[in-house]
Amino acid sequence: MFAEFGFGILILTFALSLFAVGAAVFGYYGKSDRWVESARRAQQLTFPLITLAALALIYLLVTGHYEVKYVYSVTDVTMPLYLKVTALWGGQPGSLLFWSWLLSAFATAVTLRKWDRDREFLPWVVVVTSVTLTFFLALIIFFENPFVRWWQTLSGDFVAQMFAPSGGVLATPNNGEGLNPLLRHPGMIIHPPMLYLGFVSFVIPYAFAIAALVTGRTDDRWIRLTRRWTLMAWLFLSCGLVLGMRWAYDVLGWGGYWGWDPVEIAALMPWLTGTPFLHSVMIEEKRGMLKPWNIFLIILTYSLVIFGTFLTRSGVLSSVHAFAQSAIGPMFFTFIGATFIISAALLITRWKDLRASLPMNSMLSREALFLLNNLLFMGILIVCLWGVLFPLISELVTGVKVTVGPPFYERAVGPLFGALIALMGIAPLSAWGRSTVRTLGRAMWKPAIPTVLTPVILFAFGMRNWIALVGFTLIAFVLFITLHEYWRGVRARMNAQGEGFFTALGRLAARNRRRYGGYLIHIALVVMAIGILGIEVFQTTTQKSLATGESLDISGYTVRYDSLAQFDHTDGRYVTRAVLSVFKDGEFLQEIYPRYDLYPSGQPMTIAGVRTTLADDLYVVLVNWEDVSTALAPFKVYHNPLINWLWIGSILFIIGYLVAAWPEKEQE
Amino acid sequence: MREKTPQRILFLAFLFLAMSGLFLSARPSAVVLAQQPTPSDDEVNAIAHQLFCPVCENTPLDVCDTEACRQWRDLIRQMLAEGRTEAEIKQYFADNYGVRVLSEPPVEGFNWLAYVVPPVAFLLGAYLLFRAFRTWQRLAKEPATADSPQVPPAAADDQYAARFEEELKKRE
Repeated sequence: MFAEFGFGILILTFALSLFAVGAAVFGYYGKSDRWVESARRAQQLTFPLITLAALALIYLLVTGHYEVKYVYSVTDVTMPLYLKVTALWGGQPGSLLFWSWLLSAFATAVTLRKWDRDREFLPWVVVVTSVTLTFFLALIIFFENPFVRWWQTLSGDFVAQMFAPSGGVLATPNNGEGLNPLLRHPGMIIHPPMLYLGFVSFVIPYAFAIAALVTGRTDDRWIRLTRRWTLMAWLFLSCGLVLGMRWAYDVLGWGGYWGWDPVEIAALMPWLTGTPFLHSVMIEEKRGMLKPWNIFLIILTYSLVIFGTFLTRSGVLSSVHAFAQSAIGPMFFTFIGATFIISAALLITRWKDLRASLPMNSMLSREALFLLNNLLFMGILIVCLWGVLFPLISELVTGVKVTVGPPFYERAVGPLFGALIALMGIAPLSAWGRSTVRTLGRAMWKPAIPTVLTPVILFAFGMRNWIALVGFTLIAFVLFITLHEYWRGVRARMNAQGEGFFTALGRLAARNRRRYGGYLIHIALVVMAIGILGIEVFQTTTQKSLATGESLDISGYTVRYDSLAQFDHTDGRYVTRAVLSVFKDGEFLQEIYPRYDLYPSGQPMTIAGVRTTLADDLYVVLVNWEDVSTALAPFKVYHNPLINWLWIGSILFIIGYLVAAWPEKEQE
Repeated sequence: MREKTPQRILFLAFLFLAMSGLFLSARPSAVVLAQQPTPSDDEVNAIAHQLFCPVCENTPLDVCDTEACRQWRDLIRQMLAEGRTEAEIKQYFADNYGVRVLSEPPVEGFNWLAYVVPPVAFLLGAYLLFRAFRTWQRLAKEPATADSPQVPPAAADDQYAARFEEELKKRE
């Protein structure tokens, strides 16, 4: 009953969403406010409706209706309630429904605002959000229906269909297959919603950009209206990426956080265009330049959002041929192509209105440096996009499958990220419109002194790796410059107002949130860079089979294998857990417990034993793919220097974001 | 008009640095491992890490838990014991299981595109940006005419910055 209900609601929503598109277009060209209003209401109604459909699916998941194929494939009787609920996005059909639900929530939120001053945007914002929603609903209804059920036909076969085949009876299995064990991790539970939130909120600025293009109201109003949405999209996307890294680090058991897998790159690419967009819209706000470029960036971001979903959902990554066979692949491809071409065509027709060449005095001015930032981000994007596409192109053209792996990306992207860090140090000091070597030098010489000392000190302490020396020097450059900027502001307030240090710091940030919040985000990013540089350059690893009581040495640590236990867990897992003692300089530090769990489905999950400090992680994996016995157990040990600064930096990032984006009191 | 300003030199130097990093950083060269009776796990993994499992997508051979990969690691161990070099072993795998087991496409034939397209696209972008800069700088040097676009008034952030600098100057 709930399955039919959910499916019926989806069809109704699909029709409503189509109606919204038509009514908005008709209302715009017929200059009929009533039709536009009707479109807006229809669009707003999609949110409660999809909520009902999602609730129906959640009900089926929680109550164990295994006759529903989706419920069967992602849950089983032993799973705790919270995992059954979050299984909503544990598989393809469910996550598409979840995606659509978030999109309609955001679209509704944006059409609920007052539109008095920007009424002309409204119909086109409704059109863009509703077209996107209609597309996703079509995918769900026609190809990835989460409400499909198992039927047994007269011939005894089991088929999955929405409605009963002739003579078929509903087949209800006693238990489901259960969620992929790798997905049973807090990081994996929050990671997809965060990414989807990031993806979906980029649809809003895109919708406004298209509205600006169609209506010809091409001042920077659309940017000001969507600034908060863009920032929110960026925050969620960033959090989604970091949570994904954390999940990979905790669960995948290869001692790293990022493997340059196409799925990871698919999520990174919208971030690579969203970040420069966030910077270059400031040039438009301050100087009225670069309008076409900003619109192009947001079109690209939207396309990459859809492209990222396409890459991970169509099966194209395993093979070009899987893409051709899968039903949703060609649909996605057509949709991305069509939206990109239509958007670009709109941009070209408005090109004349948008063009504004303004004088720029200096290549060191803030806007010039921001443009350099844009160029570097585009460089990284090209490397990523080409790295993901090349294997597909190669398979299509030559029939030969190739792998584009980490070395390709690291070699190309490393120097570009390094240059970006250098820019993060210089750009905040340069002024809009004009800056010279002299003004920059004056602002820079004090923090430059400790910056120059950094590599000297690191070298004196024995660091010989030139990549690390350059990297840490750039990081120190940004840190000292940004802290010096804070210090200048705080000192001025302390002197002028007689405030204490902390009061001055608080008020300084409160008076100019965007600037000092942005600085804090820069600090957060270089703190994250410390962690990334640490693990990328200095990670060491060793693997050895140890007899009980035997030990191995790695980077100053000694790890001793004490014992091993194997037992059944109440939820059906078969757990193999080792006990190891960690020593440094002969002194006992702590015990760690690497283990692997074998799920009833036969899938293993590896949980590393980790000793974690600010300086390093000692990360030990019980190697379940070799023979394990109590007498002799194989361990893979990683020494990951500085990795925790990656996570600390990401928390700082969120704080910086809150400072920058916290709603200001209305200015009189 | 044509003289090289320090800014321009700085900008070019910066671009050059970024690009030379892209092009020049060395590709890891093959290391000949010492021959010994039973190669250790670490020696096997050093090579396995550079190879990709042909069965599972994008999983390096050293951390793949399939039975096939386990046999391949044993094969690497055996080949090492026979005294084969890293390059020979990688070639053996590429010959037998296709070039997709290598972590990068070999630099030959069609695959050249993999390595050429990104730097060319980046340089093209850099060139376009550089040309735009020159146009804008020329505008800055021409006297303003009536129909030249107006610079919008300094926004709040700039006013703040200006006031802040003024305050600082007074105190120093």
